[in-house]
Amino acid sequence: MNCDVCKKKSASVFLTQIVDGKMQKVNLCEGCSKEKGVTDPTGFALADLLLGLGASQEMEKGSTTSRCPSCGFSQADFKKTGRFGCAACYDAFAEGLESMLKGMHKGLEHKGKVPPRLLKAKLRDEELKKLQRDLRKAVADEKYEVAAELRDRLKHLEAEGQTAI
Amino acid sequence: MPIHSILSTAGEWLRGDGPQSHIVISSRVRLARNLNGFPFPGHAKKNERVSVLECIKPAVESLPEMAEAHSVFSQDLSALEKQVLVERHLISRDHAAKGMGSAVVMNKRQTLSIMINEEDHLRMQAIRSGLQLKNAFKLIDKVDSELGDKLDFAFHNQYGYLTACPTNVGTGMRASAMMHLPALVLSEQVNQVIQAVNKVGLAVRGLYGEGTEAMGNLFQISNQTTLGEKEEDIIARLNKVIEQIILHENNARQSLQQKKPITLLDNVGRAFGILRYAHSMASKEALNLLSYLKLGVDLGFFPEDCQLPIDELFIETQPAHLQKSTSQKLQADERDALRASLIRARLEKMPAPTPKQNEGPAKAE
Repeated sequence: MNCDVCKKKSASVFLTQIVDGKMQKVNLCEGCSKEKGVTDPTGFALADLLLGLGASQEMEKGSTTSRCPSCGFSQADFKKTGRFGCAACYDAFAEGLESMLKGMHKGLEHKGKVPPRLLKAKLRDEELKKLQRDLRKAVADEKYEVAAELRDRLKHLEAEGQTAI
Repeated sequence: MPIHSILSTAGEWLRGDGPQSHIVISSRVRLARNLNGFPFPGHAKKNERVSVLECIKPAVESLPEMAEAHSVFSQDLSALEKQVLVERHLISRDHAAKGMGSAVVMNKRQTLSIMINEEDHLRMQAIRSGLQLKNAFKLIDKVDSELGDKLDFAFHNQYGYLTACPTNVGTGMRASAMMHLPALVLSEQVNQVIQAVNKVGLAVRGLYGEGTEAMGNLFQISNQTTLGEKEEDIIARLNKVIEQIILHENNARQSLQQKKPITLLDNVGRAFGILRYAHSMASKEALNLLSYLKLGVDLGFFPEDCQLPIDELFIETQPAHLQKSTSQKLQADERDALRASLIRARLEKMPAPTPKQNEGPAKAE
């Protein structure tokens, strides 16, 4: 069995950890185990090691694009550093990302703060959609006076959005 | 504002006047943010880092909170100055390693520090004395909103704020409290506490964060996860756990006073004796002994006005703080000698520890 890190030498150190009921195994050769600090239990971050390895393995499985189109970051770079290259990497490497994040966090959806200026845009977007819905309904019900009023408000809101951007 | 005026005065949080400050030294909340359209600092070329810096630094300097601030490029700080800032938790060890293309902006009160081009484009933190996570968050949240009006932060509809390391994505928030837990260490309960804290998804670290040793019975408790939970909920969860730990530490102190009053006084007395008469003292030993003096003050073995000088020694005996007090370059053994003499001088007028007057053995409540 070859080492999971260098893939060259044969493995002599075998690690097993259970995370969220899922068993993860890492096999290392002597050189790599020393490099990762496995022989020194205090300095050894099993989670980091698994994170890097596990994450990129997950990503290799799903992803078809191997480089981020925006910054040129590759999966190999991620494997090496455990960091992304730019914000666009989150979409470029989207496929394996979820299973990796699942192991790290409480959920997969951000529930916290939204930047105030995006919040305004989001609220306007929701309002626009609601007006469009109401307009369609008014037309269908042949309430043309209501529809005209709704159309005017829609136009106004859209114009506002244009100037804001 | 010149850098030496920041370095020569201790930050507000060091005064130790916040709530629960006998056990919680300080509370910190940091947020990680990045700009759209630029690679993260670790993957950026030098000219890209400089562009990001030129974009962020003026925005940070124009914050009302930074009206009286010190703002400095990393290459203009000496290694010693950076180390002093690390010891005060104003910059991270990673940021201290940065040169051209990075900078730090700190307010005069040293309650706010904003690192530019650390692992993320922006790492901003608020630090308060005692248990004040909510206040620290309020302060940094306001700064974040103000900056968010001027800067185009990378934000994903599903994943929230995007960060270089996926372990920070979402809120980008790390909230932490520095706790002094000598009685839990003395009564050998601290490992149990650490395990319990880890189990609920929080992290326990040493004095200087990830991968550092717990010295001086000081432990940092922080949130581990950043995605899937609101900032306020993360802080509330952390606060609850910290209050539990405070309770355990207080119980451990009480039970030591009842069951092992001699051992307790002996520990404090020995620490006092060594600190008072030693002529060479390494920084780790100093921290561990000072921890017992601090406990001694909390338990009434020393007069109350001894607290401030002891708290100050915690930071003044750190290697870079010692080095900056003298003009000549010190070797490690010279530093240990200087540290010992500083401590001796500070403790000279302090009375030896005695059990609390008029109280006899402490009563159970």
